[in-house]
This record gives sequence, C-alpha cells and structure tokens, in this order.
Amino acid sequence: MRKFSLLDHELIPKHEIMSEDELKSVLNQYKIGKEQLPKIKDDDPIIQEIGAQVGEVVKITRNSQTAGEAYYYRLVIM
Amino acid sequence: MKEIPSIPKRVGAIKFGLLSPREVRKMSVTAVITADTYDDDGYPIDMGLMDLRLGVIDPGLKCKTCGSRAGECPGHFGHIELVAPTIHVGFNRTIRKLLRSVCHNCSRLLLASEKKAEFLQQIGSTKDMGHMPDDVINDVFKEARKTKVCPYCNAEQKEVKVEKPTDYIEDGHKLSPTEIRDRFESIPDEDVRVLGMDPDSARPEWMVLTVLPVPPVTVRPSITLESGQRSEDDLTHKLVDIIRINQRFQENRDAGAPQLIIEDLWELLQYHATTFFDNEVSGVPPARHRSGRPLKTLTQRLKGKEGRFRGSLSGKRVNFSARTVVSPDPNISINEVGVPFAIAKHMTIPVRVTSRNLEMLRMYVGRGNEVHPGANYAIRDDGRRIRVTELNKEELAEKVEVGWTIERQLIDGDIVLFNRQPSLHKMSIMAHRIKVLPFKTFRLNPAVCPPYNADFDGDEMNMHVLQTEESRAEASILMQVQENILSPRFGGPIIGGIHDHISGLFLLTRNENSITKNAALELLRKSEVRELPEPSSYSEDGEPLWNGKQIFSQILPKGLHLEFPAQVCFKCETCKKKDCEYNAYVVIEDGEMIQGTIDEQSIGAFKGKILDKMVKEYGSEAGAQFVDDFTRLAIRGVMKTGLSFGISDEDIPKTAKMQIGNLLNEAEASVGRLIDAYEAKELEALPGRTLEETIEMKIMQELGKARDQTGNIAGMQLGLENSAVVMAKSGARGSMLNLTQMAACVGQQAVRGERIRRGYAGRTLPHFDRGDLGADAHGFVKASYKSGLNPTEYFFHAIGGREGLVDTAVRTSQSGYLQRRLVNALQDLEVQYDGSVRETRGVVVQFKYGEDGIDSTKSDYSKPEAIHRIVKMVTGKEVN
Repeated sequence: MRKFSLLDHELIPKHEIMSEDELKSVLNQYKIGKEQLPKIKDDDPIIQEIGAQVGEVVKITRNSQTAGEAYYYRLVIM
Repeated sequence: MKEIPSIPKRVGAIKFGLLSPREVRKMSVTAVITADTYDDDGYPIDMGLMDLRLGVIDPGLKCKTCGSRAGECPGHFGHIELVAPTIHVGFNRTIRKLLRSVCHNCSRLLLASEKKAEFLQQIGSTKDMGHMPDDVINDVFKEARKTKVCPYCNAEQKEVKVEKPTDYIEDGHKLSPTEIRDRFESIPDEDVRVLGMDPDSARPEWMVLTVLPVPPVTVRPSITLESGQRSEDDLTHKLVDIIRINQRFQENRDAGAPQLIIEDLWELLQYHATTFFDNEVSGVPPARHRSGRPLKTLTQRLKGKEGRFRGSLSGKRVNFSARTVVSPDPNISINEVGVPFAIAKHMTIPVRVTSRNLEMLRMYVGRGNEVHPGANYAIRDDGRRIRVTELNKEELAEKVEVGWTIERQLIDGDIVLFNRQPSLHKMSIMAHRIKVLPFKTFRLNPAVCPPYNADFDGDEMNMHVLQTEESRAEASILMQVQENILSPRFGGPIIGGIHDHISGLFLLTRNENSITKNAALELLRKSEVRELPEPSSYSEDGEPLWNGKQIFSQILPKGLHLEFPAQVCFKCETCKKKDCEYNAYVVIEDGEMIQGTIDEQSIGAFKGKILDKMVKEYGSEAGAQFVDDFTRLAIRGVMKTGLSFGISDEDIPKTAKMQIGNLLNEAEASVGRLIDAYEAKELEALPGRTLEETIEMKIMQELGKARDQTGNIAGMQLGLENSAVVMAKSGARGSMLNLTQMAACVGQQAVRGERIRRGYAGRTLPHFDRGDLGADAHGFVKASYKSGLNPTEYFFHAIGGREGLVDTAVRTSQSGYLQRRLVNALQDLEVQYDGSVRETRGVVVQFKYGEDGIDSTKSDYSKPEAIHRIVKMVTGKEVN
C-alpha cells in the first residue's frame, strides 16, 4: 500500500507530461527527433504515477545547486 | 549543428559458428596436394603450398584467382583433404564434455526429454534477457554426466578419460577420431540445441576435421634472405609436415600396411594438426624449427602481449617520438621544454619549399645532417626521398627548388607534445615549445610538475613532434601549457609554485625585509622589470631600501585587486581581515601588495589565488608570464635568505623533552587506570559499542591526545626561524605532524584504524604479557625519530608502515580500473555548440552541460563573493 504520492517525496523531481506544442519547440531547439531524447521505461514508478503513455515525453524539473532549476526531457518507452 | 539521421545504424548481431567441411571446400580455390613450394626456377608449383591461386606475394606475378598483383590481392584459402579425421585441439574441452554427456550407443543427450525442454526454455530466456547462456549450458553438461544409463536405449554409460589433449580413453581403449566423429554425427539436431549450439552453423562433428583449410600465402609470406635463399614462414613449415604425413598415410593404407603402422601415422598426423593450431598445448611437445626454436603457429600469433590483439591491434608503436629522463630547469618558461641536441638532430619537421623560404631551407640542407639546425631528408617533387649526408649536402642544397619538401631538424620554438604516463587527465599531454639544450635529458620547468605528476627521481617522459601545420596550430591553441593552467576539474590553477617557490616568496614577503638597490635588482634580474618604485625607507647612511612586498608587487599587473586569508591564517573566530595581527591576510590593491604573506594560498599549485585571478582576468599568456616571473623571483629570494634543514633543527631544549616525557608517562598512567577500570568491570560501554570496543576507543583517544600535546610542546620550541616550520606553515612541503614525529613523539601505529593486535596468542610480541592492554604492547611509539625507536617500537612501526604501502598499491590498481571503465563509458560524449552533451548517434545525454552550461575554468568558483568583488571594482564601494 502506497501511502503518499511519489511526487511528494523530496528526492523525486517534478515530472510532467509534455504537450505537443511544448515538445515541438524543444525538439526544434535542439534540432533532434524524439528518438534522440533520453529514454525512460513505462514501468518506471513515476511514469505509472503520472500515467504517461509510451511515445509521450515527460519534462523533468530538477533543482540544481548551480543552475537553480534544470530541465530534462525523457521519451517514454516500452 | 549538422542534422543527424534519425535512425542510426548499429551492428545488430554477430554470429560465430564452425566451418563445415562443405564450407571449407566451397571457399577453397584449390586442393593442396604437394608439399613442395617453388620449382627450380623459383616459380610457385601448381597445387603446392605457394600455388598462385592462393594469392601472390612476389612482385610482378598476378594472382590466378583475382588477377590482382602482390599487395592488392587479399589472398585466398585452399584446402587439404585429410586422409583420416583429426581432432581440432581448439575444441578439445567441448569434445570432452560432449563425449561425457552423449550416449555412446545411440548418441542421444543423456537427459530425459522433459529435462531437455526445460533447459532449452532456460537458454532461450537468458538469451532474451541479453545474457550469455554459458551457465545454463554448463548445467546441462553437469546434469547429463550424472546419468549412468541412457534413458533412450538403456545402454550403460562408461567413463571417458582424457590423457593427452587429443586422446580420449573409454573403458581402457582409445577412441579414434573416426569413432568420435561418428558419434557426433548421429546426435539429433534438437539435442544439439540443448547443448547450446546451433546445428545450422555449428554441428558437433565439425570439431573433428576431415578437411583442413590452408591459409592464403599472404598470411604466411616467405622472405628472401640476402643470400638469395628463400625462408618460409612457420605456418608453411607446419603445412608441409601435414601434407607429407597425409601422403604417407594414404600410401601406407592403400598398400595395406599393418594396423600398428597406420595407427602410428594417424597419431603423427594428429600431432602435426594439433601443433598447426596451437604449439603450446600442455602434454604435447612443441614442434621445433631445425635450430631448436619452437614454431610460432596460429594460436601463438594471436595470444599474449605481443599477439595480434594486444600487440598489433590495441597497441601500436608511433613514429616521430622521443623518450628520455626529465630533469628540472627553472630558467626556462613553463611553455618550453628543453630538448637534448642528440634528439633535436634526429627528429624532423617537413617544410614545403616555397619561393619565400627557399633560401632558408637551402641553408638547412647545406649544413647537412650533422651540424645542428640542419636537414635529414629532402623530398623531391616526384616524391623521391634523398638522405642529406656530409657528402651530398652542398650538391643537394643547390638542387633544392620550389615544390620540394625538406625535413629539417628541430629548432627553438617548434611545437611538440610532451607526455608522462599514466595519462590520467588531459593535462598529462601538453604542447611545449622546444628549446634545444646540451646534455641528454628533457628539461622541464618544475612548476609544470603537478599536472604531469612528475618528479626528477628518474622519471622518463615522451615527446611527439607534430608533422603538419594544422596539428601545430591546434596544439598551440588548445594544448599549450599556458592554456592548461586552470584545471577543468576544480576551475583553479593546477600549475603553480611548488616547494622552493613557496618558501622563497614566503621568506621574501613575510617581514619588513630591508633590501638594498643591488639586492633588489638582483632579485628582479630575470623579470622584465626595469624601474624600481619609491623606496620604503632609507638606511642610516641614506641608502634607499625596499621591502619584500614591494619587490613582489613589481611582477603584479596594474589594476589587480585581491584579498584573501593566507595559508598561515590561524582561522580566528572572527576574521579581522585587514587588521590581522599575524600578517596572514593578503591585500593587493591596484597591483600593489599592501600586506600579508605570500604562501601556498597565493601561488601554490592547486590553490594559488593570485595565479587564478591572473589567468582569469589577464589571460593565459599573462598567467604563464606571471608563473615564470614569480618562480624566478622566488628562487632568487630563497637563495638570498638561504633555507636548509639538518638534524639539529629537530633539537628541542631539555626542559621541553622532560615535559614531553612527563606527559607521555601521565598518558600511560591514565591508560593504565582505564585498563584497571575495565578489568574491575567498572567501565561503562558507550552506546552501540561493546566494552572491548569502548576501552580500545578510549585508549586511542587518550594516546592521540597525548601525541598532539607533545606536538604542541615541541611546536612551541620551534618557531618560524626553523626552516622545517617555515616549510610546513607556508605549505611548501611537510606538515607540523611530520615535525612532531621527528622532534617529539611518533605516536600510535595503527592497522586498519585500530591498535596493533595481531601476532602471538593473546599478545603482539613475546616481550609482553598475555592480555596486556597497555599502550606500549599495542604499538604506541613513545620515542621520536630523532631519539630513535626501541626494538619493539621499531617492529610496530614497520607493521604500520607496511600497511601504508599495501594500501597505496591496492588503491592505485583499483582506481586505475575505475578510471578505465569511466573513460570507456564517457569517451564518445561531446559538448555541442548548443551546449548539449550528446553521444555519437546524436542522442542527448545532458540538455545543458553540467545542468548550468558553465565552463568551470571560466567561472570564478561560482561564489557570491565574485559579485561583491565586481561591484567593488566598478563602483569602488564595499557591498554586502
């Protein structure tokens, strides 16, 4: 039985499913396709928690000592 | 950034299999039937070992298979039809395991069919998970061997013994290769799969050869000796043996020779086939050359350090390189390297002749190859190389014209790469400018020792001479020493003052030294300073005097503002900053050193704050100049005062010695009291520890405290007039702990952080009682190095010292392996122009390098103080 949401844990950074537009602008910024993003498994607990589907991209917002907030994008795979 | 195709190509799979006799015949261009190589005219014999269809090595001949000439023809395989089957030694182990797990009667795998299905499924699933199925297959063999009666034909299984690598004895009689092959042939395909083999590409019977592939001649070229005699390769020799025996075998068998002779010949054929594959099989005498040298056959070519993999593919030798011992030369720049004449004369740089350098290059050629800045080779425009010698130099010099290339010798200012192994970081290979010097060692400025981790106790270093203009440009922009003063590891200087540089400037800037004009000019002689500032004071007879801080300020640039605590800082609770009474707060205003003392924190490698600021604000060239200047100044500074150390510097007064003695006795007594309390069971255990652990800890604490106190007593007797203290406090070399151990008390010797306990039953040495917990019985050394250790102390000290040595040996190998794995994993990652980190396929690893996209060498440690400093520099106002 899980008693709390994974996202509430202080060691787990914020994960959110990206919208089409947002994704397009990120891919455009780096001039890459979706396959060149880092990957994350769909059975990863946090992916199951936010309910992202295979093929979607999650945006991870991490706290960084030097940069304040750092963004990271991962493609959900099987 | 260039667009990367979205679907990268990768190797999907690699499949290994056995060569089937059919495949061997199919890839063969000819059968080889005669053991002869060349006829009397030196022409290769048809269907011999040097048949022209197997490829060509002699210039002028054409390959009969592909039509290409020597050098272009890759060579083609032939084959030898073996008269009788022969075991391939390489599969010796597999054959043995198979014989033991297959029924001798019906050739079925000795497992029940359910068991087989289960194993097959296990192999499948491990493969799916991307693991090697080796473990499962080993289990199959293990299980099958246990079966005593065949579950299919009820035949009783016999033990198979192996005597020589190719002799399998079953029930006292030797299995002939034919028998083995027959057994393997009738193993059903589905059983082969359970054994982890793919019957389509590796049938077990293929491990017993019936036809032997003959490697192309290009693999075993013959060499023509000076006498005109041909000398064949070891492999060819071996093939000759095989063919001869094969023929004799055939003849004898056709003639109906007795079984005994046939068996002998068969054995001989097996021997030659075995040594053809591997000449170092245990139990088989190695085949030898006529001279007695063992032949180098197939396995020997691949195996070991000098083998194809480690010797020829992973490791290659390099041209245009030199190696010799390094020694220090503080008078050359950090960007330079001193190169011995002998090396400079041998190594060359190719220069293309143009109308503008024609005269100069003619001069080089005209000097020949024996007078130093000469030339070793001239390459004509038709590509012909001509060696420059004493005899042809004048003649050749006149012939030199535009379009030629001259390989001139090294001269001052040429860029080379300099390297010391192990090359653990990028600063292990840096570009230096050459300075050609007499004698036989590479000369290195001691300030560049830290990045190379070099010292001069016999270290050797390598030099590589760059051969193209592009490489020299790249090296001088990216790899030159001055570009690597700041290390990307921590963003600070990795090059800087060491040892004498630090003590030198410490002695120079510490007090209000009075320096006369002559002395001041002597100190600054090697730097570009031509004018002295206003003198700080005048002597009684009106002579102008300067102080050390003023002298040091001369090599600082205008506009440099800096303040920081020095290494000698006492770390008071509240720092008084500018009002520091210990002269331990360095203040530099507008390139003028106001107060403080220069030590490791200012100019030391890894720490130097001034050096750091110099490079970040004035550029790498100014930084290098500063290093050159301060090292020269420091060395003259330390020569002015002098710095020496001897046994008498460890002397402390009698009273202090008495104090130390009393203190140690007192400590021993209190350890005694602790032990008494422990034995009387009055001692209370600390939380989470046993009573034994508690007393050990308390004793260690007590003795540690005692050692520190003796150190303090000794330290009070040894002031800054003692050169060891100067070195320790300024950070030049050594520590106060080293000094304590020399002068006062060596202290507790430890193994794995505990007092020494190993030795005899219940005691460390026979000098002590069993169960003695006292300080001296467990490695506390009361003596100092100066006073000398008593025998038991000496022994304990050796134990503790040995642990240190073992630790370093183990640590270096472990960290080396860790480093290797890290480098292998990360070597292809690259920071792109958009700031992202990507690997070769273009897959992003980090969206911004290090999350913040900051180059640590440019970041000024990313501390908020940087803002305060910049605001102060611009507005002149202090902000907080």
